[in-house]
Amino acid sequence: MKELLVEIKDLECKIGDQEILKGVNLKVNKGEVHAIMGPNGSGKSTLSSVLAGNDNYEITEGSISFLGEDITEMSPEERSWKGMFLAFQYPIEIPGVSNINFLRTALNERNKFFGDDPIPAKDFLKMVAEKSGLVGLDNRLKNRSVNEGFSGGEKKRNEIFQMAMLNPKLSILDETDSGLDIDALKTVANGVNKLKSAENATIVITHYQRLLDYIVPDFVHVLNDGKIIKSGDKNLALELEKKGYDWLTGNTTK
Amino acid sequence: MSYTEKQLKEELDNKSYEFGFVTDIESEKAPNGLNKDIIKLISTKKSEPDWLLNYRLKAFEIWQTMEEPNWAHVKYEKPDFQNISYYSAPKKKKELKSLDEVDPELLKTMEKLGISIEEQKKLSGVAVDFVMDSVSVATSFKEKLGELGIIFCSFSEAVKNHPELVKKYMGTVIPFTDNYYAALNSAVFSDGSFCYIPKGVKCPMELSTYFRINESGTGQFERTLLIADESSYVSYLEGCTAPQRDENQLHAAVVELIALDQAEIKYSTVQNWYPGDDKGLGGVYNFVTKRGICGYRSKISWTQVETGSAVTWKYPSCILKGNFSIGEFYSVAVTNNFQQADTGTKMIHVGKNTKSTIISKGISAGKSQNSYRGLVKIGKGATNSRNFSQCDSLLMTDQCGAHTFPYIECENSSATVEHEATTSKIGEDQLFYCLQRGISEEKAISLIVNGYAKEVLNKLPMEFAVEAQKLLEISLEGSVG
Repeated sequence: MKELLVEIKDLECKIGDQEILKGVNLKVNKGEVHAIMGPNGSGKSTLSSVLAGNDNYEITEGSISFLGEDITEMSPEERSWKGMFLAFQYPIEIPGVSNINFLRTALNERNKFFGDDPIPAKDFLKMVAEKSGLVGLDNRLKNRSVNEGFSGGEKKRNEIFQMAMLNPKLSILDETDSGLDIDALKTVANGVNKLKSAENATIVITHYQRLLDYIVPDFVHVLNDGKIIKSGDKNLALELEKKGYDWLTGNTTK
Repeated sequence: MSYTEKQLKEELDNKSYEFGFVTDIESEKAPNGLNKDIIKLISTKKSEPDWLLNYRLKAFEIWQTMEEPNWAHVKYEKPDFQNISYYSAPKKKKELKSLDEVDPELLKTMEKLGISIEEQKKLSGVAVDFVMDSVSVATSFKEKLGELGIIFCSFSEAVKNHPELVKKYMGTVIPFTDNYYAALNSAVFSDGSFCYIPKGVKCPMELSTYFRINESGTGQFERTLLIADESSYVSYLEGCTAPQRDENQLHAAVVELIALDQAEIKYSTVQNWYPGDDKGLGGVYNFVTKRGICGYRSKISWTQVETGSAVTWKYPSCILKGNFSIGEFYSVAVTNNFQQADTGTKMIHVGKNTKSTIISKGISAGKSQNSYRGLVKIGKGATNSRNFSQCDSLLMTDQCGAHTFPYIECENSSATVEHEATTSKIGEDQLFYCLQRGISEEKAISLIVNGYAKEVLNKLPMEFAVEAQKLLEISLEGSVG
């Protein structure tokens, strides 16, 4: 029997007056990889932001539960401490704050939440060495300011490096493939695959089937106009690649 | 458990100024008001020589003819100079030779400030001249420094024991005619610090003074005179706190630095005077004149972290008189709630091949106003001089203001003057990114702000840098909006 990790029920949300999600339902079990695809403006990135707790969006209906706990109103940092990770589509730069200081602060804040001691410097550095190898992160980037002056590819690698360091239960990859060349894409996908286990799950948000050649999903969902309109296995992604979205959305004007 | 926004807000609303305690020591205080008799009283209390009394009286005469300056970008109720007590000394007559003789209440105050002399002694490498209100209480490490010929004492002691040095240098960088507050200070200064580093001596430890305003309704007018003789080096730290008071307290200090040929002075300040409450009531008026003069190939470096005071008016400056001399100014100024800061520097290039660097980082939060005001002046004879200025502003809310007033006067065409300025707002995106990684808002702000101010914080001596980081954190908690 698979253990339920995340359950999204009838989720509706808006930003300002604009409704974006209009009733999303999704269950993700431990050990699964779900891909969410859909045309531009269908609400994919909104879904990832709302899952992570971004309060720019107002949840008007429905709920999100994580490991059986209702987290609809939970702060983003607590969601993070409990094991949720979002790899950003556009990773943010923080000038003057070194990558490793940033991560050590993050880990220690989590330890504090669980009443644990701060991580000893030696253990931390060992962990950094180990995890940065996973995504081939250039050694110099660890001491540079968070994402500042990183190339598009380096930023995405850095996201996966952070993910490896924080070892989340649920990872949401928001268009991690955008802006990556094929070699970088393979490296990043390889990193994600190595982190996969029976205890965690991944939600991959993408436009293209290409990434799914490397991170093979158990389920593929099509999000359109704020709702999941079709779910299937990995073959659905291949079909979408061939036919586009119009046959599903009923949009035949093109 | 974790914070909700509400809990965070409650905690912040209830969080009072950390150093808001009053030491219960009987103090001897002059009656309010300012006139020649009061000045004579101060001078008599301190058993000063006639030349110094005359200096004070001349300064007072000049002051009476001066107008309080109003060009700064600050608004405040002008202090009533007749309603201030100009002398307040802890009641203690005898000379203090060791810590054991210090009033235990005073020691407690020092401990609360986290700078107990005992602790400082243990830390070794820091000699502290502790100034409470106006009288210097105890000086550590004096003997050790004495072996090197270094003089580090209160201003009054210097007047007593080294009158020739005081007489020779006092007022040479900042004459009492300089400005309104300098004139006032010259008339009524009560104490301060004096430091002399002999020729060729590299001071082996950071010299440190801790100022603190304690008595209600007193103005603090201290004076610092620091002389680095030829080819010497000194690093000087100045830290300031004041207890919480409702009425505004006036602080008008004068700091004069003299770097003779090939000498180097590093002067660092962490200023945390009471900034007033969240409604803009109370707080310290900090009207300070700081200036240094450089000889041939000498260097003066000002580093300041300003997080306190209701109104700050302060421009640590360098007169680059000697050829090849160097002036530096590194500043982080934080304003929150209703604080107002108008701060910056003046770099006066007189000698040839002189060089100056200005790095100013303003951080505005709440409804505060934060201004950088700087003058770079290249004189006719300052051939091949260079200046580089960088003024950055970081805004935390929609209601605060950041202003930059750079003045450049260039009279020599071989000079190079560069000015860069940026303004940015702390991003919701940056905050959310941190939150998502499990870094709470408070920590996130502290990380982002410290990152922003890093260039300046790196210039501070180690023990100060840590304190400065904490201060930034305290000053800006919950200030994003």
